[in-house]
Amino acid sequence: MSDVVGYRKRRGVEAFMLAFAIILGMGGYLLTHLNRDAALPPEWPWALAALLTIGVALHAVIRWRLPYADPLILPLVMLLNGIGLAMIHRLDLGTSPRMHSAELQLMWTAIAAVACCLVIAFLRDYRVLQRYTYTMFLAGMALLMLPLVPGLGTEKNGARIWIHLGPYSFQPAELAKLVLSIAFASYLVEKRDVLALAGGRFLGIELPRPRDLGPILLMWLASLAVLVFQKDLGTSLLFFGLFVMMLYVATEKPSWAILGLLLFATGAYLGYLFFSHVQVRVSSWLNPFSNYDQNYQVIQGQFGIAWGGALGTGWGLGRPNLTPLAKTDFIAAAIGEELGVAGLTAVMLIYGLIVARGLRASLVARDPFGKLLAAGLSFVFAIQVFAILGGVTRLLPLTGLTTPFMSQGGSSLVANWVMVGLLLVITHQVRSPVAEVPAEPEQWLAAEATQVVPVGASVDAAAGSPRSVPATSPAAIADDAPVPVTPPADDVTVPVALPADDVTTEVTSGPGGGAGDPSGGEGDDPTTEVRLPPEDGGVL
Amino acid sequence: MNRPIRAVAVTAMVMFFALMANLSYLYIGQQDYLNERSENRRVADARFGQDRGPIMVGNTPVAQSDAVKDKYNFQRSYSSGTLYAPVTGFYSYLYRTSALEASYSAQLSGVDSSQFWTRLVNTLSGASQRGGTVQTTLDAKAQKAAWDALGGRKGAVVAIDYKTGAIKALVSYPSYDPNSLATHDLAASTKAWDKLNADPGRPLSNRATREIYAPGSTFKLVTAAAALESGLSADSLVDASSYKLPGSSKVISQNCGGSKITLSQALQRSCNPAFARLGAELGAEAISAQASKFGFGTKFLTDIGSAASVFPDPDTLDAAQTAMSAIGEYETQATPLQMAMVAAAAASDGKVMDPYIVEQVLDSDLKVVSQAHPDVVSEAMSSADAAELRKMMVAVVEHGTGHRAQIPGVTVGGKTGTARTSADRNPYAWFTAWADDPSVAVCAFVEDADIPATEIAGGAVAAPIVKAVIEALR
Repeated sequence: MSDVVGYRKRRGVEAFMLAFAIILGMGGYLLTHLNRDAALPPEWPWALAALLTIGVALHAVIRWRLPYADPLILPLVMLLNGIGLAMIHRLDLGTSPRMHSAELQLMWTAIAAVACCLVIAFLRDYRVLQRYTYTMFLAGMALLMLPLVPGLGTEKNGARIWIHLGPYSFQPAELAKLVLSIAFASYLVEKRDVLALAGGRFLGIELPRPRDLGPILLMWLASLAVLVFQKDLGTSLLFFGLFVMMLYVATEKPSWAILGLLLFATGAYLGYLFFSHVQVRVSSWLNPFSNYDQNYQVIQGQFGIAWGGALGTGWGLGRPNLTPLAKTDFIAAAIGEELGVAGLTAVMLIYGLIVARGLRASLVARDPFGKLLAAGLSFVFAIQVFAILGGVTRLLPLTGLTTPFMSQGGSSLVANWVMVGLLLVITHQVRSPVAEVPAEPEQWLAAEATQVVPVGASVDAAAGSPRSVPATSPAAIADDAPVPVTPPADDVTVPVALPADDVTTEVTSGPGGGAGDPSGGEGDDPTTEVRLPPEDGGVL
Repeated sequence: MNRPIRAVAVTAMVMFFALMANLSYLYIGQQDYLNERSENRRVADARFGQDRGPIMVGNTPVAQSDAVKDKYNFQRSYSSGTLYAPVTGFYSYLYRTSALEASYSAQLSGVDSSQFWTRLVNTLSGASQRGGTVQTTLDAKAQKAAWDALGGRKGAVVAIDYKTGAIKALVSYPSYDPNSLATHDLAASTKAWDKLNADPGRPLSNRATREIYAPGSTFKLVTAAAALESGLSADSLVDASSYKLPGSSKVISQNCGGSKITLSQALQRSCNPAFARLGAELGAEAISAQASKFGFGTKFLTDIGSAASVFPDPDTLDAAQTAMSAIGEYETQATPLQMAMVAAAAASDGKVMDPYIVEQVLDSDLKVVSQAHPDVVSEAMSSADAAELRKMMVAVVEHGTGHRAQIPGVTVGGKTGTARTSADRNPYAWFTAWADDPSVAVCAFVEDADIPATEIAGGAVAAPIVKAVIEALR
């Protein structure tokens, strides 16, 4: 380990790439109109202004709060969101009477961006999330099972993964994937040493101890329940895959991954044997033309992509409206039709890049919770993209998951933008300059904690939102407070203003805030967890 | 934890690679399959709305696409729709396409592989994609003359340039207006389709090439050719007395001007007993082989669709059936195209030319992308025998049943035919002939010759049609 990890901020790169992303999204929108009517829509300056405002606001908040955040994640996400908006608008144009979903989606994009900004502004240290393991877990499982509640959940396209609240529909899995990623990460940080203990050996692979199988079996049953009752392979794969992957990363035991794969394969096969809806999905995947009416959507999606060919028909020139649900589940088919196999491949690459940036943050993160959380969020995102794009392009049986940042739907946008916020916070902490003090773990943590806090730097910010900021500043700090805080200003080569008074404010107000905070009183979980990172210090 | 995180990263990479590989496969491996599926509306609509090139007769487009302001952008129109319908076919949304519109669809819409470079250049230069042109071999005057001479009687006329095989006229009546099926008003199109299919006159059937009929005495040309090939000559004497069919009580009798007449006289008078006897003597095998050499059993003009003419399987024929088949009855059936080809072969020294109706295909820049080449299908008879047969056919026109086809200054040789397939309906009238100048063979067929039974229907009804077509080509 080098003494000093120095990253450049690269905010200029982000601004440049962001402008590029907005130009591409706007380009799709304008080309659609030019191709269809040979004229620009009168409201295009407003659309541009809206996108620019969202982009500038996000960029500004990141500059302010997370100057070291990964510079590519925001532009990549804005690009997907912009292309999604343009495509939804293009699909609006193909409806009669004309729909206005894109305007609504733009509004939701703004709301999602605000949510992302809030995460960035207030979640200054993601490790605070580590405190609510079981609450998060229960909340996540509840969300996951919510569509099964009679009267609340509705079946769409044969899958029951939506809930309806008045006029709003919502896919709780979107939020659940965030909450469960956090829950799994904090749980595994705590338990990973135990779970890593070897049981017997089989074929040269160390098996886990039978008594440690509880959690994975629980998740397996939960994912089977999703497969059987919600009838959605994608969601099932999403959560079980997430858990197994995090278990593997936390314990470094491949046996967990192998066991998980076997369990999933068994579950999927049993589901196929015993449930007709699974058989229908599989048949429409392997032989769509065996039942034209039943598999109409998949077939139309295929026709669309084939019609688009290598380079696509061009914006506005295809007929993506022939595919049912082109704005939501099948937006990838619409992209494939008008932007071609090349365009859809580019979109896949963008998703891949986001995953890569997240996993990169995970690799270089300095604490196990951060590592696990970044890996979990990235991987669950990868599975979601894999499941829905694979379903649309018939690599896998079709699932009803949304296409992140592109599908029409507010809840999905908000959940995914919040996830981006989380990833940005993690990358910022990962990339911030820090001098690692290899000597004492306690001291290392203290250094880390103080490093993290000053990002905001401004006293105004702390004063502007005094209640929440202290509340989110980890209780860890309360513990660490007695430890002599040694502002490592002299160790840091990259100049970062570390106002000591800011630190003190936070540290001193920490306990007070913690006491007043209802969630802070959630038993002793936080303390146990907080002690863990130092123990893991050596592992890093 | 970095080792497993790297493993996870590799897994994610594999997943994304699988997505992209599968998508590429979908494009490369399945695109054609998906685009050719009949359920594919994108393809059907786009094709229907294409700016297709014209189908030309001489310098006149008989099918063309006109720009219109509706969702399909282009409307296919047929300037002399009914006249050329068996050739152009129709281009409809609901009922697909037929004839040249179907067989040259890719070339007309400019998507054929032969037009790849033109298409690429157009794409790169931003020019709109236009279709190619199909130039037919038809002669507008001959076509019109045939139509007029047929005069609203059910039937067909085919004219072939016997030196090349190029079709100069191809008429079938009753016909239909392809415009009524090509209309973008799909309800009207449906109505027209239902009406055409319900019409007892079967206007959608192409009588010139896709229907087979008993050829009657015109088939005697085939029997005569077989006789010449077996060593007889035009002046060989044949037995023209009444002929009792072997193994049957039926007697074929006709006053042919004596019991011993020449082969030429027998043809000139269309002598049934002589040819029936000749057929039985030559045998089913020989006649069948001769018929095959003329093209029986083969489908020609596949681009507009045709039926193969039929001579019964010789193994199943007894002597009486062979005798009847040899005079164009029993189960012998032929298309008007086939009977024109028989006359054409006599005129071209025994060579049977492959008939064709598309002279060339041009791309949107009027560059020739394909050109028809005359092709000999078979040698139906020796050059000497062909000369003998021509001599006999000239006698038919100059002194015999085909005298109504005489044209001053032109040598015309032909053969009449009358086939009464059933007592309660009018006979088929046939006449097939060739002219020395222009070098054309013409067959006229009237399905419903409304004339007194005493007259030779072919000579009275069909010969004047042939004459009109030959005159139109002069």
